[in-house]
Amino acid sequence: MKVYLYILVMAGVSYAIRAIPMTVFRKPIKSRFIQSFLFYVPYVTLAVMTFPAILNATQSQISGAAALLVGVAAAWLGADLFKTAVACCAVVFILEFFV
Amino acid sequence: MRDGVPIGLGYFAVSFSLGIMARNIGLTPLQAAVMSILNNASAGEYMGLTMIAAGASYWEMALATFITNARYLLMSCAMSQRMDPATPFRHRLFMSFDITDELFGINIARPGYLNPWYMYGAMVPSIPGWAIGTALGTLAGSLLPLRVVSAFSVALYGMFIAIFIPPARKDRVIAVLVALSFVSSWAFAHLPGISALSDGTRTIILTVALSAGAALLFPRKEAAEG
Repeated sequence: MKVYLYILVMAGVSYAIRAIPMTVFRKPIKSRFIQSFLFYVPYVTLAVMTFPAILNATQSQISGAAALLVGVAAAWLGADLFKTAVACCAVVFILEFFV
Repeated sequence: MRDGVPIGLGYFAVSFSLGIMARNIGLTPLQAAVMSILNNASAGEYMGLTMIAAGASYWEMALATFITNARYLLMSCAMSQRMDPATPFRHRLFMSFDITDELFGINIARPGYLNPWYMYGAMVPSIPGWAIGTALGTLAGSLLPLRVVSAFSVALYGMFIAIFIPPARKDRVIAVLVALSFVSSWAFAHLPGISALSDGTRTIILTVALSAGAALLFPRKEAAEG
């Protein structure tokens, strides 16, 4: 039951975030600080959540680190979301034959 | 709808790893599917799961969801500027439901006013792909060999990496910010005292501090882009 309450809180906030600007803001946000802050937020959040957590997601830290390196390299070379994710999975799958 | 099919397939694979994580902290497949149908957010749901695992309060959960999904606020702002004034208001409400990185991307990439029906078509394969993947991940996580589970569990991180690396390549401020995020996140996970805070709380603190710092020192010149 508690889990469903958590899920409802998440869902409510997620929907509000998406719907409020669509329905309320008909003009661009003026504050340059807020604009810049919102611009940087996704990159920082995702980077913080990726490292060092990726090291502990796998059975060995070595394969986690390898997945991180391969993921960064793949994305740098222009792989899209799906291809990058597959490359990370493949590295871990292959490496964990050995470690 | 055709453009939504590869997105739905990609969602299926990535949400599978989200399901594995949901299973690890004790969610049932139904709970995991409901979460995915209602949220449609990779990083947001991931954050939500860490908050559930940590037994966070509902306020912490709301704040963590807000911070993690704050980018959708920006995307929603951008989309609101591209709506035909003649489009009935209810379309804004329905379209808002599934503003994700990918659907925002394909919609905003089309010229002219946004077409609500294009968005709905893309949602048809995306939403079930995401929800079924999560449920199956929760179900099958226990049936698959450990090595396969281990491999799938990095899919989500791979997707995160693919979101922040391309802009970091083009923009040195973002590149430095990503590097700083890695270092400080690692430090926060190991420093005595701070490491006792929950994952979610540490993420919120670092996100607000680093983004605000960057916004003060390097305000964006151009209008905000997705």
